[in-house]
Amino acid sequence: MSESLVKLTINGQLIEAPIGLNLIEAAKLIGVEIPHFCYHPDLCIAGNCRMCVVEVATLRTGPTGTPILEWNPKLTIACNTTVVEGMEVLTHTPRIIEARRGVMEFLLINHPLDCPICDQAGECRLQELAMDYGRAESRFVEEKERKPKRTLLGPKIMLDDERCILCSRCIRFMRDVAGQDCLGFMGRGSRSTLTCYPGREPSTNYDLNIVDLCPVGALTSVDFRFKQRVWFLKQTRSLCPHCSTGCNIVIGSRENTVCRLTPRDNEAVNQRWMCDEGRLNYRFINDPTRLVEPLSRMNENVQSLSWDEATRQIAERLTALRDGGEGRIAFIGSAGATTEELFLFRQLAGVLGVTLMDVVPHTGSADARLLQSDRNPNTAGALVTGVAAIPPGSRLLEIAQGIQDGRIRALVVLNEDIIPAGIGADLLGKLELLISVSRLPSAVTEAAHYLLPGATFAEKSGTFINRAGRIQRMNPAVASPGNARPEWRILAGLLAELGQPQEESLESIYRAMAQVLAPVWGVTWDAIGSQGVQLHVD
Amino acid sequence: MIVERPKLTIWDRLYMPQILKGMWITLKHIPMKRFTRQYPEETPPLPKRYRGVPTLVRDPEQRVKCVACQLCEFVCPPRAITVIPGFRAETGPDAKVEKEPSDFIIDMARCIYCGLCEEACPEEAIFLKKDYAMASYTREQMKLHKEKLLELGGIHEDRICKWKKK
Amino acid sequence: MWTDPAILEWIFILVKIIVIFGLVLSIVPYTVLAERRICAWIQDRVGPNRVGFQGLLQPIADALKLMLKEDMLSNHVHKVVFTLAPALVFMPSLMVLAVIPWGSAIGPMTCVLSDMNAGMLFALAVASFSVYGIALAGWASNSKYPFLGGMRSAAQMISYEVCLGLSLVPLFMQTGSLNLSAIVEYQTQHGWLMLYHPVACFIFITSLFAECNRTPFDLPEAEQELVSGYNIEYSSLKFGLFFLGEYANMLVASALVTTLFLGGWSLPFAPFNAPATVIWVGLAHVGIFVAKVCAMLFLFIWVRWTVPRFRYDQLMALGWKVFFPLALVNIVVVAVIMACRANL
Ligand code: SF4
Ligand code: SF4
Ligand code: SF4
Ligand code: SF4
Ligand code: FES
Repeated sequence: MSESLVKLTINGQLIEAPIGLNLIEAAKLIGVEIPHFCYHPDLCIAGNCRMCVVEVATLRTGPTGTPILEWNPKLTIACNTTVVEGMEVLTHTPRIIEARRGVMEFLLINHPLDCPICDQAGECRLQELAMDYGRAESRFVEEKERKPKRTLLGPKIMLDDERCILCSRCIRFMRDVAGQDCLGFMGRGSRSTLTCYPGREPSTNYDLNIVDLCPVGALTSVDFRFKQRVWFLKQTRSLCPHCSTGCNIVIGSRENTVCRLTPRDNEAVNQRWMCDEGRLNYRFINDPTRLVEPLSRMNENVQSLSWDEATRQIAERLTALRDGGEGRIAFIGSAGATTEELFLFRQLAGVLGVTLMDVVPHTGSADARLLQSDRNPNTAGALVTGVAAIPPGSRLLEIAQGIQDGRIRALVVLNEDIIPAGIGADLLGKLELLISVSRLPSAVTEAAHYLLPGATFAEKSGTFINRAGRIQRMNPAVASPGNARPEWRILAGLLAELGQPQEESLESIYRAMAQVLAPVWGVTWDAIGSQGVQLHVD
Repeated sequence: MIVERPKLTIWDRLYMPQILKGMWITLKHIPMKRFTRQYPEETPPLPKRYRGVPTLVRDPEQRVKCVACQLCEFVCPPRAITVIPGFRAETGPDAKVEKEPSDFIIDMARCIYCGLCEEACPEEAIFLKKDYAMASYTREQMKLHKEKLLELGGIHEDRICKWKKK
Repeated sequence: MWTDPAILEWIFILVKIIVIFGLVLSIVPYTVLAERRICAWIQDRVGPNRVGFQGLLQPIADALKLMLKEDMLSNHVHKVVFTLAPALVFMPSLMVLAVIPWGSAIGPMTCVLSDMNAGMLFALAVASFSVYGIALAGWASNSKYPFLGGMRSAAQMISYEVCLGLSLVPLFMQTGSLNLSAIVEYQTQHGWLMLYHPVACFIFITSLFAECNRTPFDLPEAEQELVSGYNIEYSSLKFGLFFLGEYANMLVASALVTTLFLGGWSLPFAPFNAPATVIWVGLAHVGIFVAKVCAMLFLFIWVRWTVPRFRYDQLMALGWKVFFPLALVNIVVVAVIMACRANL
């Protein structure tokens, strides 16, 4: 690969960089940050903000035939300059700094004093760079340019044109990535204004990415607007549970309330994007109707139990059924559960002699980018642990039949509403024992004899194996409401009660799983890290 | 430095003269001027920069100045402030301010009267007034809400009136 | 029937008991108030002046507060003794008051509850009971500070008890009686005993300070070292009883000093220098007695807010190495003087 590497010097430091890399990225390799607004690694280069200027010298053949280093007389933008053999780059000379200060001063001329009401404050590039390159006092005495404020761009995005620094990132994203050419600039000079083409507005499933992209607070999310200041948000690395892509996300939460989900970099999965459906799919976490207490229901007599008591009673009744004859218990797992949970679920099935189990498939429309039609985040996990039938969902009918015949007397359901999946309320009524682990009330929880409150993805750690067979990790951001607890703890408790004590932490359960589950052999918890590991599954 | 223990004479060691002298001193103090301030009737003179209860102010046009930026909440060392951000009425005269606190709670049981909130506020919306008698019977009552804070704060004679020009 | 001397006697006893109780229960709370106000004045403050005119109802407020406090009884205390101890502190002082003449006579009634011949011995014996209360409180509390307080108190009281008794011997030698009424009467004729026995008087008063646990001898309840000594574990009325007992002890001490050294109810001029024959003089005698007691109480308070506390070794040294020999020498000197005067 050495032929594709070039040598160059940045701030006196010799580095090797692959051909075609631009200077912003090359400088990043040695930890030098070149300030920029319009450049974005996943978008085409626009080169219109002029913040990234650097001094560049290239090798030229001199009159005597020896190469001489010639400095460009003008400052060069780093984003649109690629590395060249023998190049020398200076990123922070007084001249450059003076130029950047000039750029900042122009940017701030018409910028409103909105930071106190601007949702971007705290993660705003303009604020940050104003600290480095801004003047403390304005020299501008004229009236500021007035532009439209509080304009809705489609239903999800609020545009404040006064704050826009005209970097065109949003335009490029909508045109090149989201595939909907709908934004553009209108007017000239300081009156340039971002606006939608007549009759069009952002209406794809990826619009909200421009809110992340926008370096300032010109584009803000209607959903997150004025909800919480970003500096209060606890950032937790997690995974989007909305489809089998498994986009890497950050959960922003404050005081046990999830406030927003944002994408995080993972070149192999979602680059820097996520779909709006997934992004807005967090409200159920804070739902006030969440189940908070283990309950037992005997002849309309509802009673709340302690975990120990619930676990004991359930184990007792399941053992009795197991000992009463074969095939009396069926399991319905969830491909939305973590791999560890499915592993424990499978183990529980083994202990109880359950052979009939499956997961409920969820599908929706897919698009060409991230969103998959398989809306279960861990179908692959359900398959490798053996909880899912092949193909997933194919044994549900058999289970329904078994209940109908009266052969199956008990059903354990993990976080699924099985009524749309073909096991209707009439069938549930026939069961002698229905155990439902669930987070939100549903028709199944209404019929369940034992109801165990579980935790959402934001409340636990665990792994998902995505559609491409990549195992990825998530972390707990908030605490479960009331007495609800992660499903792996519920299952581990049941297994312990049945004489199979489990490890105490999720991490050690993963380790135990990695020893017996072929696809994850040798993949350590730490190796999964924040970026995941590609497994070899088929 | 070594301090030698002073040699006591017999006279000193008797103690009595010193004790009697002391008793004479205390006796003399009985009719002297008293320094006690009879508090609720006599209030103490407050220094010019005295920091009392933090309050929210309105500008001369009756606008609630606070825009719920939550910087005071962030800076407050004992975390006495809770701001619940909300929206200004879409059509009212302050619609262009966009944001306002839908509630603003200062827990006076926590506040240490440091004045950092006043210092941090970019909108000059929170001021420490001179009131100091903020006692209550319950902890709940110690939490001052937006209405109470605005009432305590009154109008701030603001010369800039930023939002008027917006 | 009313004039039947036997019945009259009983009525008088009842009246006297009521008077003594009344005196104690009214003077003691006001001593507390006086203590607080005088201490405030000494420190250039005002003191409690809010409840009633100039704070005159403060003692009632204090008492109410004490009554409303939760009466705590920790698990680790010895319950019976713990409950008994406060009463043991309070009772002896009331008993001593029985033998003290608080006036000469009001009409046909003599102003002493029990005109005992061995009155002084009785007083000394009973007064030393109060150490039981404190030592037992310390022990029954079953925790370290009270225990240390109780121990200190016992050691201190026993030490000073000796000086207390010895310092009085010259008095008895001179008056030839242990009857307190007789001693007062002796003083009406021969002048106050303080003038004859200044050394004895000094030792007696100082030892009383120690007996009453008053500064500079308040080691059993030294706040800084023992937090509050023997009464830490007490609350509510039990604590109140301790508090009351302490001030009642002070009252008794003042009454004893008045009786023994300050001429009791008498003043050195007529008509106050002889037992009363008319009622108003009798009442005036009671007033004189009370006034003298109050002066002594003031002395107690005054000293407390002037002098800091002794160290424990200093306290013991003072008791055993100074007062004890001094009292003995005093007896010898007085004996020699008396012998010389008798022989001359
Ligand atoms: S875009 Fe940035 S600089 Fe502009 S108002 Fe918002 S936070 Fe402030
Ligand atoms: S709205 Fe934001 S992203 Fe779009 S051009 Fe303006 S500053 Fe750039
Ligand atoms: S004065 Fe200080 S402690 Fe009180 S609310 Fe303001 S910042 Fe918080
Ligand atoms: S008082 Fe000031 S600092 Fe606090 S939220 Fe309101 S505007 Fe912001
Ligand atoms: S980042 Fe290079 S010009 Fe904007």
